[in-house]
Amino acid sequence: MVTLLGTAFLTFFLLNALPGDVARVIAGPKATPEVIKEIHLKYHLNDPLWQRFGFYLGQLAHGDLGHSYVSDQSVSEAILTRLPITAALSSLAVIMWVALAVPLGVLTARFRNSWFDRSTLLVATLTLSLPAFWLARMMQYWLGYKLGWFPIGFFRSFVDLLLPAAALAILFVGYYARLIHTNMIEVLDSPYVRAARAKGASETRVLFKHALRNALIPVITVLGMDVAGLLGGVLFVENVFALPGIGTLAVQSVFNLDPPVIMGTVMFSATLVVGANWAVDLLYGWIDPRIKSGS
Amino acid sequence: MPLLQIRNLQIDFRIAQKNMRAVDGVSLSLAAGKTLGLVGESGSGKSVTALSIARLLASPPAIYAGGEIVLAGRDVLQMRAAELRQVRGGVVSYVFQEPGASLNPVFRIGNQIKEALQLHRPEAATAAEIIRLLKLVGIPAPATRVKCYPHELSGGMQQRVMIAMALAPQPKLLVADEPTTALDVTIQAQIIELLGQLRRQLGMAILLITHNLGIVGDIADEVAVMYAGQIVETAPARALLQRPLHPYTRALMKSVPRLDADVNRLTTIAGSVPRLGAFPAGCRFHPRCPQGRPECSQTSPPLVEVESGRRVRCPFWNVAT
Repeated sequence: MVTLLGTAFLTFFLLNALPGDVARVIAGPKATPEVIKEIHLKYHLNDPLWQRFGFYLGQLAHGDLGHSYVSDQSVSEAILTRLPITAALSSLAVIMWVALAVPLGVLTARFRNSWFDRSTLLVATLTLSLPAFWLARMMQYWLGYKLGWFPIGFFRSFVDLLLPAAALAILFVGYYARLIHTNMIEVLDSPYVRAARAKGASETRVLFKHALRNALIPVITVLGMDVAGLLGGVLFVENVFALPGIGTLAVQSVFNLDPPVIMGTVMFSATLVVGANWAVDLLYGWIDPRIKSGS
Repeated sequence: MPLLQIRNLQIDFRIAQKNMRAVDGVSLSLAAGKTLGLVGESGSGKSVTALSIARLLASPPAIYAGGEIVLAGRDVLQMRAAELRQVRGGVVSYVFQEPGASLNPVFRIGNQIKEALQLHRPEAATAAEIIRLLKLVGIPAPATRVKCYPHELSGGMQQRVMIAMALAPQPKLLVADEPTTALDVTIQAQIIELLGQLRRQLGMAILLITHNLGIVGDIADEVAVMYAGQIVETAPARALLQRPLHPYTRALMKSVPRLDADVNRLTTIAGSVPRLGAFPAGCRFHPRCPQGRPECSQTSPPLVEVESGRRVRCPFWNVAT
């Protein structure tokens, strides 16, 4: 709650500290002083900042994010209609990178210092240093345009999300493979893994049942943060692939200087961060029984 | 044919491109239903020897350089992976030093015991059998404890769970690697007593690894003393405790805390255990030996049978101190 209030406060006052008259943006360069004045009145732009912030918070408390100054569409509606695409894109990306990072991390830990481990490390380091917009553009050009394997953009069906989701996943998979690798190395040295081997458990069982669940405990925290912060990457990828999601909405609102929409998308991503933290706490209690009884 | 016969076992560790011998020509024999105490300080190679019985040493860095480990008629060192998995748990089970770290923290204890049953006695993997095993090792209210996570139990209870898990597949040999070191003294006595009682009840053999000669007398039939990767003395437990022959065994005996002696300080053995790869020439104990002679640094003495059932690696065992 405090986090959300703080975010609202900061965004609101920073937006109002921007130079330029919002009314002039809305009405266009040829607008008469009367029109400008009317707009000022309509949106309470002449009221003191504190009063306007209080009014905004009151709206927020009722779940109302206001209306766009540009299209007059309700901001909540704009976000909600775009949410399915962004949610599908993000979930697909998370599933892709986790599904790839887990076996990579486990097997590179098991076959430590093999050629497989070393080449994975090299590729992981490379993908870590890639910028999102560059990778998305390159994949769009080579895999979409040149080779024609994937659609190059726009949204018609969920197939159109595969390439953008892959672009997002690649940015994270290397990091997660290394994170799981490091945790697995530590866990594989632990007495309970030796005890599992001493029981006669197979190597697959030792790795994926006894060791992996313990190695994932620290990964959950980072995953929660990254899922919440994923919107940053989604912003670039949605714009490159022209997907009508929340990322494109946010970018448009900045170019249009449309404060209610900017506020709305920022509040949305802040809610996402808070929600992810909460989900991480829940997940922790499930994956590590020591935490549940400790609290 | 004894249940376990280790012949001339040699184990190296490859560290920084160099092979260092941790176990050097160890031979041991343990009959079915008997208890052998393997005694020595940390770094003597006793745990390495114990882990090698089910080939549990991580390799690399460990290298099984030579010898054989014949367990129930088969050489463990020649086994394929699938056969080895049958032997691990099924023929030889382990109880380790730190029960808190040896139980998997994220699984309920009932499930961990159930896994041992599923792997070796799938027909017995039932709730009733799990509760019977917990009862067997003296856990109160076993039906409710089944649902506990390891961290919800005390150290002594955790070790009882480890023992129940080790016993679940009905192994012929139980290797207890310092099973009481992490526990306090009263609990130590209870666990040792439990092991002795279970051996009589179930007829399995026990290999007890310890650095404490004091607990060996309570349970072991035979004792082997290790120093710097070699066996320096083997004897029936009672005979060894009454009259240790090797100077190292004598020194170990003096460092056992006693209730009947009025001493302010425990006796310690001068110097420290030689590091891996830096074992002294000649007799490996000579730098710390109170009876050391100049010739001790020249030739390494063989393990010789000096009395019936007693072998000593010191030509001067008979010289009065």
